Amino acid sequence: MSMTISEKILAAHAGRSELRPGELLEVAVDFALGNDITAPFAIEAFRRAGAKKVFDPERVALIPDHFTPNKDIASAMQVKGIREFAAEQHLTHFYEVGRMGIEHALLPEQGLVLPGDVVIGADSHTCTYGALGAFATGVGSTDLAAVMMTGKIWFKVPSSMKFVFRGKLRPWVGGKDLILYTIGQIGVDGARYGAMELTGEVIATLPMADRFSMSNMAIEAGAKVGIIPPDAITEQYVKERAKRSYRFYESDADARYERTYEWDVSAFEPMVALPHSPENVRLVTELPRIPIHQVVIGSCTNGRFEDLQQAAKILKGKRVAPGVRCLIIPATQEVYRQALRAGLMEIFIDAEAAVSTPTCGPCLGGHMGILAAGERAVATTNRNFLGRMGHAESEVYLSNPAVAAASAIAGYIAHPDAI
Amino acid sequence: MNIKGKAWKFGDDIDTDAIIPARYLISTDPQFLAAHCMEDADAEFPEKVKAGDIIVAGKNFGCGSSREHAPVAIKGAGVGCVIAHSFARIFYRNAFNMGLPILEAPEAAAAIATGDEVEVDLDQGLIVNRTRQQRYTAQPVPPFMQELLQAGGLMNYVQKQTADAKERTEC
Repeated sequence: MSMTISEKILAAHAGRSELRPGELLEVAVDFALGNDITAPFAIEAFRRAGAKKVFDPERVALIPDHFTPNKDIASAMQVKGIREFAAEQHLTHFYEVGRMGIEHALLPEQGLVLPGDVVIGADSHTCTYGALGAFATGVGSTDLAAVMMTGKIWFKVPSSMKFVFRGKLRPWVGGKDLILYTIGQIGVDGARYGAMELTGEVIATLPMADRFSMSNMAIEAGAKVGIIPPDAITEQYVKERAKRSYRFYESDADARYERTYEWDVSAFEPMVALPHSPENVRLVTELPRIPIHQVVIGSCTNGRFEDLQQAAKILKGKRVAPGVRCLIIPATQEVYRQALRAGLMEIFIDAEAAVSTPTCGPCLGGHMGILAAGERAVATTNRNFLGRMGHAESEVYLSNPAVAAASAIAGYIAHPDAI
Repeated sequence: MNIKGKAWKFGDDIDTDAIIPARYLISTDPQFLAAHCMEDADAEFPEKVKAGDIIVAGKNFGCGSSREHAPVAIKGAGVGCVIAHSFARIFYRNAFNMGLPILEAPEAAAAIATGDEVEVDLDQGLIVNRTRQQRYTAQPVPPFMQELLQAGGLMNYVQKQTADAKERTEC
């Protein structure tokens, strides 16, 4: 029976040789994670259910990254609870400030989530690991608690949708633009409950950083997973990092898809999602002059080294416009170190940008860059919902790192070529 | 299981940041979360909503983050059930896990307006609008899910099952 990559991974983890979309099944989980917002509920549920031990202390990661370094007493108390739980359960992967990173950048970088895995995370952007060819999806805290107890979870097998990207990318256009375009085309519920499979000659040459950005935002179209067929680029990324064995799965040539979209992207220009929905996508060049107050370059979507490199190319020798605050947040300590060694930090500081320790921070309006009423930000993050970065009367525009950097210099949303 | 209350109508794509903004995710206390439920969409909602009231919304309700604080805030505010054209995937799972009844009912979601008196019969999947004298159908909630809702969510349900099994063994 022909199957898609998502179906094959689920079948392998359910001890089945074949399965069909819509079937309910229990699958074994390779890796589970929670953060400082979702883990407290999961730990409460775990204890309330009378559980004593996690299914495997090497396969449950707790990563306080949203409100860390702790923004206030309440968040410090939440992290304290997680720290105590991690110690009590002898968890190998508890990441303290100074060693941590944003979960979805950190776990692939550390080789903890791998091709062919089933990964469950109490965070909606867990779908990021689809870029590795893993079946990775976000769940709530109670589902995480159940996984921590049993190492298993029940799923409805999603039907798959195939996205084929053809052509050749122009300068300043990357994975972020491709996924914004996709969401703009199909809408924020266009892939609801489904498995998005991102393929084509453009994806086949796309670096891992861009692939992570794309899979990361599959949830913004409502998808369960956003999976990319693993290849030589994937192998190059995982071979030095992998802490376990891994396996590449691929869709059969005659696998069934609920729908297939095919786009030639050769003429694409950088895109921006306007407030207050990731589906509200326009070309940067179509926009009137929109003055801004803040730029955020970072997050699980675009806080990787390659993203910072893009930003540095634009910021080098320039200054952030008066009246604009430019925040740059390397996603992990390793990204921070790489940026430091490559001389990016000096470029950023010379440009009068502020560089932060890794945190989700402003992306979700947590801390480190909250917007006041009437303020506007360009951010390389993933959501521009009403009030997402602060006041309900503030606005977030989503873009790639080059557009964000160009906008910081211009003081309005700008194409990198305009700088 | 029956629910009866006043309807509060919201639009399409109500995200979890609208249901409970991230700035309040510093607590897992249902009453604290309830005090800020839907406040960026309607600042007075936490004061106006009464026990048993019903949220009615368009497509893709609960899109965005995986925060379980969203169904907890809604339930904590006393909301008896959410009726929507459709639900986002993670929210759908979380709602049942937290013991918040939800119904996918496109016809009801379109017809009900804020202030309508609405009665919901979860067993039958029946929604009655007393104000407009209309009846709409939804997919009935299966018995297993109803038990889960009555227990107050997945963990209570699992605990109850474990306790029942123990009692049977001890008898």
